[in-house]
Parts: sequence; structure tokens; C-alpha cells
Amino acid sequence: MPPGTKVFDFGWVVGHLGSVGERIVQHLQLSILPLILGIVISLVLAVWAVRQHRVYAPITAITGLLYTIPSLAAFALLLPITGLTLITALIPLTTYTLLILFRSFAAGFTSVPAEILEAAEGMGYTRRQRLFRVELPLAVPLMIAGIRLASVTTIGLATVASVLGGDTFGGLGQLITEGIQTFFPTKYLLGAALSVLLAFSADFLFVRFERLITPWAHARVGAG
Amino acid sequence: MVDQHRQAAVVEFEHVTKRYDAPAARDKGKPTPGAVNDLSLTVPAGKICILVGPSGCGKTTSLKMVNRLIEPTAGKILIDGVDASTRELTDLRRSIGYVIQQVGLFPHQTIGDNVATVPRLLGWPKARLNERAEELLALVGLDPAKYRDRFPSQLSGGERQRVGVARALAADPPIMLMDEPFGAVDPIVRDRLQNEFLRLQETIAKTILFVTHDIDEAIKMGDLVAVFQTGGILAQFGRPLDILAAPASEFVARFVGQDRGLKRLSLLRISDVPLRPAVTARPGDNAADARRRALDDPLRYLLLIDHGNKPIGWIAHGDIPAEGGLSESLANPSSPILNKRTTLKDALSMMLDADVQTGIVVDRTGAVQGLLSIDTIADKMREGEHAATFDQVPPPDPEIGEPDPADDPGATPDAVEVRA
Amino acid sequence: MDNITAFFSDPAQWSGSSGIPARLFEHLVIAGSSVLLAILIAVPIGLYVGHTNRGSGVAINLANIGRAVPSYAMMVIPLPLTLTLAPILGYDAGFGLTFLPIFLAMTFLAIPPLLVSTYAGLRSVDRDLIEAGRGMGLSERQILTRIEIPLASSILVGGLRTATLQVIATATIGAILGGGGLGRFIFDGLNQGEAGYPSIYGGAILVAGLAIGVDLILAWVQRRLTPRALRPPRRGERSSPASVAGGPDLASPAPGAAA
Repeated sequence: MPPGTKVFDFGWVVGHLGSVGERIVQHLQLSILPLILGIVISLVLAVWAVRQHRVYAPITAITGLLYTIPSLAAFALLLPITGLTLITALIPLTTYTLLILFRSFAAGFTSVPAEILEAAEGMGYTRRQRLFRVELPLAVPLMIAGIRLASVTTIGLATVASVLGGDTFGGLGQLITEGIQTFFPTKYLLGAALSVLLAFSADFLFVRFERLITPWAHARVGAG
Repeated sequence: MVDQHRQAAVVEFEHVTKRYDAPAARDKGKPTPGAVNDLSLTVPAGKICILVGPSGCGKTTSLKMVNRLIEPTAGKILIDGVDASTRELTDLRRSIGYVIQQVGLFPHQTIGDNVATVPRLLGWPKARLNERAEELLALVGLDPAKYRDRFPSQLSGGERQRVGVARALAADPPIMLMDEPFGAVDPIVRDRLQNEFLRLQETIAKTILFVTHDIDEAIKMGDLVAVFQTGGILAQFGRPLDILAAPASEFVARFVGQDRGLKRLSLLRISDVPLRPAVTARPGDNAADARRRALDDPLRYLLLIDHGNKPIGWIAHGDIPAEGGLSESLANPSSPILNKRTTLKDALSMMLDADVQTGIVVDRTGAVQGLLSIDTIADKMREGEHAATFDQVPPPDPEIGEPDPADDPGATPDAVEVRA
Repeated sequence: MDNITAFFSDPAQWSGSSGIPARLFEHLVIAGSSVLLAILIAVPIGLYVGHTNRGSGVAINLANIGRAVPSYAMMVIPLPLTLTLAPILGYDAGFGLTFLPIFLAMTFLAIPPLLVSTYAGLRSVDRDLIEAGRGMGLSERQILTRIEIPLASSILVGGLRTATLQVIATATIGAILGGGGLGRFIFDGLNQGEAGYPSIYGGAILVAGLAIGVDLILAWVQRRLTPRALRPPRRGERSSPASVAGGPDLASPAPGAAA
């Protein structure tokens, strides 16, 4: 670091609010898309696995394997195929969500007590009504716990995407990378701080959200 | 198509069999747990039929074949003459009330929404749903204002059971299936729930199939009892009294228990046994006269009564003065006062508690009708025991709408005949 | 594609300070040392909190925080500090850049999974067994060492698996700062444009291979330590000592490589 460099130059930040804001938006894009995709895929897989127990282990194994590969390696493996594009980042980011989401979705479904499902069937719910009106709502708490973890993880992994040279899609990680490359602490500290903030906010929001949509899980005995 | 508005339906099992594949080849041919073997019986409309037996006897399987949670391997189940297997599945289930042991209330819905489940599935209008839910909560003894918007996790076990019953009744189904509904609560709560349910049935009069492993519950709750034995075989089907009086096989005799004589007593009332006439006198009556008459009583006791014929107490022959008038102070009020509806079991209890041999039976106004001696009760008990034979005694056909002898005070006490 | 095979078959790759073995060694040293330090910090705390059940709320919250922090961010935050500190402490300035921040970041990131799994593992032990142990006269420490730790071992190893993968991944990225490890192949390759593709790819394969290999070994160890076969949960059963950390369970396949 050249001597005399300020550790954190607020002036620079104020002067570059626009581009910093852009980075934040990019980062959100980079995080939200894989999450949504991951949720859809994992939901389908989870419903399948709950119907056919045999597929649970293979799905877990495959998604687990994909998860084990460090993100940088995953991005790098795709680079020669898909080049320095958004897709190269999106694919691994999506597959990383799969293990967490699949397991929490499956756990959510299996956490529904059998007698409730039996009561529902005995009373005359159709299979589909049972799934949407009973199983899904009751699976929600565990599912949201998984989505919460997946979102926080994705935000974190998205910071790495920038090293692929993503000036167009790098997000907050790009701030960090540029800061390192130019020995400019303000940039990388800002990037780091913002990504941490983003992750924590997501975590907090999901906790609130879960509380909001599951009033029954938080009802006090003797209240009302 | 079963008329949804009809209060109760007739359920018939015709040679219903359920076979499960035996787990190992060497077990082939042996009865598997949960299987049902050639079950035929008819449950008349508006009656409670108990399915009782040890674990693995097929009682729950039989129950679940009615709403087709389990499908029979052979045979038919007819509801009001219509084969259940020909009905559309969810339609059928929505027309049958279903209560299970763990209740299975939906934790994510309020109590009100839980109760209104089937009506909602049937498409009732929203206003009607609320109305109906509140109606039913009141029916099962829960204050609608208090409970409607709560969640199941906020209720006690007994309260949840009641909601379960309310939920089953919501669409006014002609049949109710109940699988050990009171099994998961403690005995005190269970007793209360049973009593309330019986009272409820007097109003709703639905056809109810009720599974339990508890013979006492079966006897208490059932109009008819079907005793199953391991292997899904129907061992006996009849009124509780008849099963106690004349068990059809050694298995049934063992299953109902050694104390079936005593159990019978809880089903018999004082109106079922003969009473002994009392020798009575009023205060102020001539003592010498009373003294002479007291000798007519086998135990030589005089019963002092007032002008309304209400009992005041006993006077022993030896305590009656030789002359003068009878005074109240001589009387000893030691016997329990009973009425014709008191069960023989309760009467026996009370007499043993008071350490007396005789109970005084009075009518609704309190006037003396006669005396019940402990010997009469013992005779009645012994009557049942002697009747027990282990030949196949065909159970009496349950008659629909059989009059209750207790309702007619003038009827001869031996209205309930015992097969000898 | 044949360039990649060339990458691996070139004998120069297999020797020297920037060859495959050297980089692998660096990677293992960096990763191993931080995991070790994390264990030394996290496990005793986890054992205490798990055994006594005191301070569990704080521990869980800290673990949640640690889990939410992006590793890339974690790595650069100490930079200003380490850069200025290193020369003061007598180290080469490069040390403050290439090793220390990464090391600190990895240790910090490895602590939450180890802490949570130690806690969850101990809590998963049947209370009756512990009570029986107390009744027989075992001291608290003996209960910990003879009952709790052995029974919790598979969950503990699960946490180790998560932590190790996390660290391996972070070390890979850490190479951007110019230090060692297999990540160097990737970054060096990125700097060479088109010609660097074999290096990028080769590096990626090496890193992936290392991660998968380590995961398989630890998975095997974990399986050996599990008392009964891990089956997918049946309906109505609780999944496992899961919701402790508010997330899916830590005992099965590593929810790991978040970097």
C-alpha cells in the first residue's frame, strides 16, 4: 500500500455513490436469480423425493457433490465453456443453493406428522389439495430456514464471481477485487462491508418473514 | 348417492376380507396383523357400534375400509344399500365424519377453520361456514368466542379431542368413524368426554362405528358391540348385555374379563329386578298394631314413612314399644335411597358403603316403591354366570328401535331376558 | 482440451516452487493450520456450552453471524491492519498480505461450524444416559469424555467436514492476494488471457479434486462413527439435531464450501 493512503476515504465514497449503487444492484441480481431458480428446482426435487423415497439419497449425493466444489473452482471450470459471462456465475450459484434447499424442503415435508395427513385424507381432501393446503403450509418453517441459509450463502458466494473479470456483473465483489488490484483500501473495505451488510439484512428479513407467515408457530398458550 | 341431509345411514359389511402379503414364505396362510377375515355385520341407522378386540385383530382395518383409506381384498361395504367402492372417493369421504386418536387438527389453521374443513371443501358460503363452526363448538362444549380464533397448539388434549369431534360433525354426515378417539387423554377427561358424547348422540343420533381396545369403554358406549379376535375374525356381535351374559366363545369370555358379572350390573338397572314390598307405618300409628305387623317382614323391620309416603327410617321389631304411638325418634335412616334408573352396580356400591343389606327405592316424587335387597343383586349376577356356555350360542338379532324397559315404570323387572 | 492434459503432463509442473506438489502443500498448510487453530478455539467453548447448556443463545447467535459473513469480504477486512502490523512485528511485508489476512479469515470462518456442531452434538446425547452416568458416580469431566463426546463424535466430525471445506475454498480465493496454494493456478491463468486456460482449468480440477477427496475421507470417518445407518427421515420424525442453528442439519453431507 503506498504510504499516505487513507484507510477509508469517505470523500471517495460520496463521490462515487452512483457506481457503488450500481454494484449493489448487480449483486442483488447475482444473488436473487440463482435463489429463485434454486427454489423452483429444489421444490420439484423435494416433492419427488418425498413421494419416492429411493431418490432421496442420490439427489442428496449429487447436490452435495456439487456443493463441495469450491466456488472459484466451479466458476473456473465453466469459464472455458461459457466464457466471461453472467451465465458462468449463475450456474454454480444456482447449484450451490440446491443442496441446502433440497434438504430443508424435504425435511419440511417429512416433518408434517403422519396423523395430520391421515386426517386430511380421511376427511376427503384430494391429493393435490392435501399438498397445497396442508403439507406445504406446514413445511414452510423448515423451508424458510433453508431459504434463509441459501440466500445468505449465495450473497457470499456471489462476491467471488467478480474474479472472473466481471466488470459488467461483478457486483460488490468487483469493488473488492478492484480495490485489491489497485491497492485502494477504501474500495475493498467498502465492498466487504456492504456485502456483509447485505448478507445480514437478508438473514434478518427472512427471520421476520418467517415469523409473519407462520402465526401458529408463535402463538402463545392461553392467549387470545 | 347418499342423501347428505339424512341424519343417519345403515352400514353393512358383506363378507369383507382384507389380506396382507405375509412377510415371509413360511408365514403364508397364517393370519397377518391387521387383516380382516370374512366380516359380515349390519349396523342399524343411528346406533353406536363398537369394534373391540386385542391389537392386530383388524378392528381399525375394518373401520378404515368404510371410508376406503384401506380397500377390501374381497367383499362389499354398503352404505344405505350403496356399495362404497362405487362412490367417488373424495365424495364418499366428505360424507363420513372421521375422528382419530391423535385428532390430527391442522396446526396452521385456527380452530374455527379446522372445524369448517369439510363444509369448505363442499363449497358452503363463507357466512354459513362461520355460523356452522360456532354452532358445533358450542355443541361440544367449547365457547365459540373464546376458541374460534385460537390455534390447536394453544389447546389442551381434552379440548382438542372435542374440536376433533366438532370437525367430524361439521357437514352433518350420516356416518361417523371414530378410531380410539378418547385414547390419548387421561381417564378423568376420558370419562367426561364419553358421557358428553353419549349425551350428544341422543341429539344427533348418527350411525357411529367406534374402535377401541378397552372393553369397559365398549360396554359403556355401545348399542352394539363387535368383538374381534386375532386374525380379523368376528368372535361375537350383539348388545353389550348379551355379550356379557352369554359370551360366544372362551376367547370372548376371557376378553370381557372375569368380572363380567359385575360389568353386567353396570348395565342393569333397579327397574330390571324385583323389589320386596316394605312393611310401613306412619308416625303416630298405634304401636301395638305396628309391632304385630313388623313380624311380616322377613328381617322384622318396619319402615316409617310420612304422609307423602317418603321414607323416614327403620325401626326394628324389638324397638317398637308395646303401646302408645310410634314416634319419629325411633327411626334409623341408614339405608341408601335409590330410584329405578340407578344401575345395580351403583346400588350395590351404595349399600356396601352404608353397610346395609337393603336399599329403599323411591319414585320421582320420593315416595317409597319397594325395597331392594343385596340378595336380589347377587342373584342377578349369578344368573349371568350360569348362562355362560362355550358352545356357539347365536347372538340375538339386534332390533332397530327396541324400547328401553327402564322407560316404563310399570313393566315387570325381568324385561331383559337372559339366555339360559 | 488437450492443453489441459498438457498442463498435467508437463514435467515442469510437477517440480519447483510453483509446481503442483508445492502448491498443494502450501494449500494444505494454510488450510490445516487455520482449522487447527479454529478447533482449539471453538471446540472447548462448544464443549462447555453443550455440556452445561449455558450461553447457548449467545453461541448460536455468534455462529449465525459467522455463517452469514461472505468469505471474500472476511479476507480483505483485516488487510489494512495486517499490512501495517506485519513490518512492526518483524515480518516480511508480504506475509501481512499473502498469509495473515487469509489465515485470520479462515480461522474466523471455521469457528462457527465447529462451535455449532460441537454444541449440537452434545445436546443430541440422550439425557438419560448422562443421568445414568451421574448416578453411577462419574465426574462431570468423565461424563464428557466417556459418554458425551463418543456419542456426539459423528456430528462433531460433520462440523469438521463443513469447516474444512470452507477453509479449503477460502484458501483458494486467498491466492488472489499473491500467496500460495492451488488457487494460484487459477489466478495466474486468469492473468494470462487465452493462453492461461489450461492453468485455470487445471487449477480448478486440482482444487475440486482436493475438496471432494477430503470430503469423502471425512464422510467415511463420519459414517464409521455413526451408531446407526443414516436414513432419510421417515414421515413424522424430526430430521435430526437440526434447528439448533436454525438451519438444516449439520450431521449429513457437508453444507460446506461457502467460498
